[in-house]
Amino acid sequence: MSSLITDLTVPPAVRATRLTTREAADAHGTRRRSAENPRIATVPYPMTIVFTVAGFIIAELVSLSFPQIAHVSFPQGQLWIFLLTGQEAYRALLVNLAVVYAIAGIVDLHAADKREYYRSRAPFRFAMGVALALWDIAGTKLQTLPQPFFPGPAKVMEAFVTDGGYIVLNTLYSTRLFIAGFIVGVVLGVVTGVLIGWFDKAYYWVFPVLKITGVIPPVAWMPFALTLMPTPFAAAVFLLVIASWFPVAFLTAQGIKGTPKMLVEAARTLGASTPYILFHVAIPNATPSIFTGIGMANSLSFLTLVISEMMGQPGGLGYYIDQAKAWSSYYKILAAIVVMAILFSLIMKIIEVVRGRVLRWQKGLVR
Amino acid sequence: MSDTELDHLAVASGRQTLADVPAGVNPELSIEHVSREFTAPDGSVVHALSDVSLSIYPGELVSIIGPSGCGKTTLLRLIAGLDHPQSGTLSLAGEPIEGSNPKRGYVFQQGSLFPWLTVEENIAFGLKAQGIYKEHKADVARYIEMVGLHGFEQAYPHQISGGMAQRVAIVRALIDHPDVLLLDEPMGALDSFTRADLQDRLLDIWEQYHMTMILVTHDVDEAIYLGSRVVIMTPRPGRIKEIVPINLDARDRVSDEFAAYRKQLLTKLHFDAHEEHAGDAFVGDAQELLANETPADKED
Repeated sequence: MSSLITDLTVPPAVRATRLTTREAADAHGTRRRSAENPRIATVPYPMTIVFTVAGFIIAELVSLSFPQIAHVSFPQGQLWIFLLTGQEAYRALLVNLAVVYAIAGIVDLHAADKREYYRSRAPFRFAMGVALALWDIAGTKLQTLPQPFFPGPAKVMEAFVTDGGYIVLNTLYSTRLFIAGFIVGVVLGVVTGVLIGWFDKAYYWVFPVLKITGVIPPVAWMPFALTLMPTPFAAAVFLLVIASWFPVAFLTAQGIKGTPKMLVEAARTLGASTPYILFHVAIPNATPSIFTGIGMANSLSFLTLVISEMMGQPGGLGYYIDQAKAWSSYYKILAAIVVMAILFSLIMKIIEVVRGRVLRWQKGLVR
Repeated sequence: MSDTELDHLAVASGRQTLADVPAGVNPELSIEHVSREFTAPDGSVVHALSDVSLSIYPGELVSIIGPSGCGKTTLLRLIAGLDHPQSGTLSLAGEPIEGSNPKRGYVFQQGSLFPWLTVEENIAFGLKAQGIYKEHKADVARYIEMVGLHGFEQAYPHQISGGMAQRVAIVRALIDHPDVLLLDEPMGALDSFTRADLQDRLLDIWEQYHMTMILVTHDVDEAIYLGSRVVIMTPRPGRIKEIVPINLDARDRVSDEFAAYRKQLLTKLHFDAHEEHAGDAFVGDAQELLANETPADKED
């Protein structure tokens, strides 16, 4: 904090250079520190757990004892079976985070590599708690941040407490939409990609179409989708199918086309028929590429999902944001953003796990 | 002792030297007047093989040697059925060769293992592809044992050494019980110690299974050490220059006999090369030919 203030007195240009050198030194140092620095490594493990949890405890103490200067009201709501205010929900969340991380630290005690990971995460988790405390002070206690655009964490929790059921409903709507559109899109993408990559005729006729239409952002089709599809839900599914179909088809086709001739010939001399070669040589060879396509499809689908929900869906997190905006309920928007962050991270994680499973033969072959 | 007598002796001792067509023995593999040309991108025609005829008898191990671009790999690919000749015929045991068949096993130079399959799965690939895996499941373990890969069944190709990978490639072709095993410089990318080890393993397999093998190589020592006959090929157009029967009492790389064969072969190879294609022009031709010869060569 103090170095930041002194920095402000230095001309911007000088500050910039100084910052870059410091950042460079930091980037250099972090790698070494986590791996070799004996000073951190010799800190007893229980202290690491205390360090991890300390940030959340600081946030809890700030919430409990920092004087409430600004005038803020905390209406009570119901979360599951609990009747509580957003303030209380925030405090409960902090306690839960502290307890979960403490338990995780104890569970990770048994294996050296897990201990090492937990140790390496400690500074970040501590910083998370401190950041929450600072946000609480600026957003709730003093309200130095412009309101109602940047409410404090307690206010965001209030959205869950007072509007929890509706958020869950909209989350389910988004999830359903995503699963329907994404899965259909990926399956279609793999099938078309394989056809294009394997059959020269299909490549000749379909690949240029794919290349031209693939660069169009899927939401551009929205007016057509809404007119041509029987329901808004079907229209959004259609957009998501387009969003995931193009990248997957494109990269699957590339993967199939890129099958080394030697592998195909090796399979042939071993008595494999052409269909067998397609399924046991070309498609396995294309899987890394297919997963790259799925990753791209994933991000594009999130984007398409939220935008299409904001433009004419009867539900979903995008719809929720749009509605909250009309009422200037920015704390609800933040709550929806938090849910999206969690939901989309979860989906990414699932895909990552599946990818790791399918491509386990690549372990050690690629970085 | 006459040549024929020498041959009979050699056959009796497990080493066949068949310089002439022996009476009463039909060749296993007949190559008759085979030609194969490739058209280069600039429209010029490269004669990879020109009127090549060769007979190979059951149980023979024939080495084919020659400089890059002499068409030796093209010839092997034609036998494997991976390529078609423009003219001439190839037949195995009287049957014309059409397309590839596991009866003609093929071992590539390197990198032909499926990277997403384990050692075990790579070896079982041919059995599974033909739908006969269940009946021959036990073979997989037996062949793994034979080439000393026990303990590496679940390893992926990138986790094993180059020599081990080539052992897997050989066994993968062997498990289909081929009549002929075609080896396209299988030891070309290995260091000399690994190479010597693999050569001996190959000989063991050859003696154990009385299999016909055709080995393409650019290593003169390897050609003499393994082959019962060495076929010398020359490029532009690719054709057989000479067939040298090898008649060694024992496989000894440092014997005087071995040295004599080496001298003979090197003289023929180098002399021919310089006489017909002097200087840089030859190198250029060879590279051009190599670039157009086979897709497999291109990838190297």
